[in-house]
Amino acid sequence: MTSAAGYNFAYLDEQTKRMIRRALLKAVAIPGHQIPFGSREMPLPYGWGTGGIQVTAAVLGPDDVLKVIDQGADDTTNAVSIRRFFARTAGVATTTDTAAATLIQTRHRIPEKPLREDQILVYQVPQPEPLSRLEPSRAETRRMHALAEYGLMYVKLYEDITRFGHVAISYDYPVMVNGRHLMAPSPIPAFDNPKMHRMAALQLFGAGREKRIYAVPPYTSVVSLDFDDHPFRTTRAPQCCGLCGADSSYLDEIVADDKGGRLFVCSDTDFCEERRAAGHVGPEGVAA
Amino acid sequence: MAYVAVKGGERAIDNAHAWLAATRRGDPAVTDLGIDQIREQLGRAVDRVMAEGSLYDPELAALAIKQAQGDLIEAAFLLRAYRTTLPRFAHSEPVDTAAMAIHRRISAVFKDLPGGQVLGPTYDYTHRLLDFGLESGDVPPPPAEAPVDGGPMQRVNDFLKHEGLIEADGPAHETPGDLTREPLSFPASRDVRLQALARGDEGFLLAMGYSTQRGYGGSHPFAGEIRMGTVKIEIEPAELGFAIDIGDVVLTECQMVNQFKGSRTTPPQFTRGYGLTFGHGERKAMAMALVDRAMRAEELGEDVTAPAQNVEFVVYHSDNIEGTGFVEHLQLPHYVDFQSELETIRRMRAEAGVSQ
Repeated sequence: MTSAAGYNFAYLDEQTKRMIRRALLKAVAIPGHQIPFGSREMPLPYGWGTGGIQVTAAVLGPDDVLKVIDQGADDTTNAVSIRRFFARTAGVATTTDTAAATLIQTRHRIPEKPLREDQILVYQVPQPEPLSRLEPSRAETRRMHALAEYGLMYVKLYEDITRFGHVAISYDYPVMVNGRHLMAPSPIPAFDNPKMHRMAALQLFGAGREKRIYAVPPYTSVVSLDFDDHPFRTTRAPQCCGLCGADSSYLDEIVADDKGGRLFVCSDTDFCEERRAAGHVGPEGVAA
Repeated sequence: MAYVAVKGGERAIDNAHAWLAATRRGDPAVTDLGIDQIREQLGRAVDRVMAEGSLYDPELAALAIKQAQGDLIEAAFLLRAYRTTLPRFAHSEPVDTAAMAIHRRISAVFKDLPGGQVLGPTYDYTHRLLDFGLESGDVPPPPAEAPVDGGPMQRVNDFLKHEGLIEADGPAHETPGDLTREPLSFPASRDVRLQALARGDEGFLLAMGYSTQRGYGGSHPFAGEIRMGTVKIEIEPAELGFAIDIGDVVLTECQMVNQFKGSRTTPPQFTRGYGLTFGHGERKAMAMALVDRAMRAEELGEDVTAPAQNVEFVVYHSDNIEGTGFVEHLQLPHYVDFQSELETIRRMRAEAGVSQ
């Protein structure tokens, strides 16, 4: 499939891509720091991945192999829509195979399979400002980042611990990047946070509506906020995947009937399919 | 336990879009709606879509309205997504609204003034009774005409400024900001704020402007002047060195005159709020002028207490394309985050000793 008639490769014009690439270079140079950029109006709605799409459009080349996931799955409708968008406007090859992709755009998950140096992970970010729920003014949060004044966030974690006994943030769990910048990891489950730490792949974050780009270069320290006596810990459903039997992957809970029946399956569909193809069978699955 | 994998997203999307196209067309026995009909007969909708879509093109706006089944925010979104791909080959000279070919011009502060009060094609003073004659497609009689007196129609501010009773125009900006190219930062200058308001949602601005009248950041406004009509757009190509006329646009402009008691640095004088919008958009231009003035509270040394005076609040939330996308994105899957919340709440309930 070739590029859609009347539009440049990957939709955006070359000047806009250069502007985004400049923002990306700055972002890589200051890991975790939010770079304002001239986010464009995209033909998809705000909140549906306009930031991730602009970042992908700016770094995508004709030889790239693109994978798009939403909730870890390749077949969710918004992932289908974005994958089609690039197939239509850039004519690039697409895949659902994590290992075969050179560029992965994601919403809400990091693939289970570790990523490599020759891969790029692009996150769709609804709210790039980790302090936004504590301080609504962006003029004020910018000042707080400049001064590395993150006490407010630690107080929030402390208050959670005094009220509930543990931190009550289960996704978009704030991280400290390179020991300097507080960063929103996007609404991935806290389960995925450790995967960001010293990841071999370049991680790029695009927030279209909020007009911010940020990045975590390969092998950068990404530490989930915690206290010495209350270390960060992840949670997942205690079950194993009903289809492939995996007991360490992140699971989706599916309502199986109206009598409280539940089925737990891998949220990462590619990971699950690969395991089943290799002969793993879960309690609800059938041999491939 | 039966489990049907949620597959077939691609086919579901194609089928949904086919159904949408059929729904848009409606009963095929009814005549298809022409773009020219929308442009000519739904002019106010076209104007609103051009204003919020930030693109002056009645033809494309009419097409967008048809494509969006009359959903004006969706139509503005279509225009914006088209506009963003257009190359920028020039910037226009500032438009001269004093030289406007007036369709409507009224002032609420002077009974009469040079140029007179011109009601124009207004809904004011119509009785809001359904006109059943429109059902049968009656052709209205032609409106009365009067000779044009030709000269420019001075703006009301110009009558007040000679006495220094009203604040003067600010210094001319070298290059106004453009929030479609440079992301917002705060404090935001007035040119950028006005751009945000001009693109902003009419309903949001109406509510914000209205709130100032009800005591949330009141500024004692008078409608100094509202004018609507056609102005020339001129550009000055670098290779020519003089301005050339590239076309006309219809604009609505509102100059609000506001009471001001003076401050330590400024003597008592009237201050101004400004509204400008594509097409015939009086409600929006007036609301915009109220909100513009409210957002100047800090600059004028007034207390900032009300929502309409909070620049970040107003400017970040005035754009309906951003708002509609982000509100509606809640329908996208959030299984993963919800799952992590389920695990957290189960853990908290277990720790609290709640039995299953």
